[in-house]
Amino acid sequence: MNRQPVVIIGSGLAGYTLAREFRKLDGESALTIISTDHGGFYSKPMLSNAFAQNKSVAALLNKSAAQMADELKAEIITNAYVTSIDPAKRQLTLNDLTRCYSRLVLSVGADPIRLSLQGNGADAVLSVNDLDDYGRFRAAIEGKHEIVILGAGLIGCEFASDLAGAGYSVRVINPGTQVLGSLLPPQAGTFMQRRLEAKGIRFELGTTAQKVERVGDRLRLTLANGDAIEADAVLSAAGLRPRTSLAKAAGISVQRGIVVDAFLQTNLAAIYALGDCAEANGKVQPFVMPIMHGARALAATLTGNPTAVAYPHMPVTVKTPDCPTVIVPPEPDTAGEWSITEYEEGLGALFSGPDGTLLGFVVQGAATAEKNRLTQQLGHP
Amino acid sequence: MKKWQCVVCAFIYDEAAGLPEEGIPAGTRWDDIPDDWACPDCGVAKSDFEMAEI
Repeated sequence: MNRQPVVIIGSGLAGYTLAREFRKLDGESALTIISTDHGGFYSKPMLSNAFAQNKSVAALLNKSAAQMADELKAEIITNAYVTSIDPAKRQLTLNDLTRCYSRLVLSVGADPIRLSLQGNGADAVLSVNDLDDYGRFRAAIEGKHEIVILGAGLIGCEFASDLAGAGYSVRVINPGTQVLGSLLPPQAGTFMQRRLEAKGIRFELGTTAQKVERVGDRLRLTLANGDAIEADAVLSAAGLRPRTSLAKAAGISVQRGIVVDAFLQTNLAAIYALGDCAEANGKVQPFVMPIMHGARALAATLTGNPTAVAYPHMPVTVKTPDCPTVIVPPEPDTAGEWSITEYEEGLGALFSGPDGTLLGFVVQGAATAEKNRLTQQLGHP
Repeated sequence: MKKWQCVVCAFIYDEAAGLPEEGIPAGTRWDDIPDDWACPDCGVAKSDFEMAEI
């Protein structure tokens, strides 16, 4: 047993899932979790599906930090910032105090990418990346009607579908000409767009918002294509950028995310990274399933049984009730082509390599029933 | 018949509908789902956490 605690920085899904897996293997060793916020546990994926169900912040908060501390037999330090790490001494600085660790895990998450917007309303553009953000956004649109969303990626489409389901009038502005452009082949993007449009969601594709100005208690957006749109609130959903500054300052190798090996270890001994902040094999995977698999392997490693993460095929579910969609994107730069079958209630797109091996797929609408069968058929390039 | 929601990823298991594509027939009660079943969306084991009754 180590005298100094295992310290996890971050109380999101990655941090708490790791803590839970760690406790399954080791009920005794000291465990500390440091959170910049209230430290309560909630389902982050639910934040973009909560308006249609009219869920309050309190309803989404699954357990308080005190409940989590009790359940995990862990020390949970809330509203606290780690300002530096000293890897040589295995120490970190927390609210001006020095604390020691035996092993350190960075599960610090990612920041929403802020678009560069002009105008006196730019600071009124909100994003939702945690439960506190959700509370602010919910308050901002209470009793309002017209919402503009910047970005038609996964989170943008989920919010559009959710807000339309809650009765809001929604417009989505996206620089690319296709919704979910980074995850879907064009025909599947169109399939999603048509179904969202059928729910009253309007899309302005191939353009960007340049300026946001306050007009009374509303906002006026000026687009690159010259159009002007007014709205009660603007939600930015332009993607995530891993939080890397703390790691970088400590001499930890950083590219897009904090670089980790197959054991989720950084280039420094006894320091690991998990979740939206981490980059493995050149990829950042800000989804739930990689966190689950990573947390299980890392918990084993931290309890004396070094275990490389073996990721199975991990379908990404887009929670748009108007157009259920499941995606296994092919690896970037993989040779192969899509073959697409579209019918009235669904769309199935299969990405096959030159030898016919299934390397990725998209299923939408009624075709999502094929998800498991296709996942089992997936091979490797 | 009840619905259960995964507290991690918001997946909903509807007892009335079951998950026929996973071999769980319509009408299967939550209690009767095997303990080695995992949430199809996020991979969390059934035994790992509570499904919130909704």
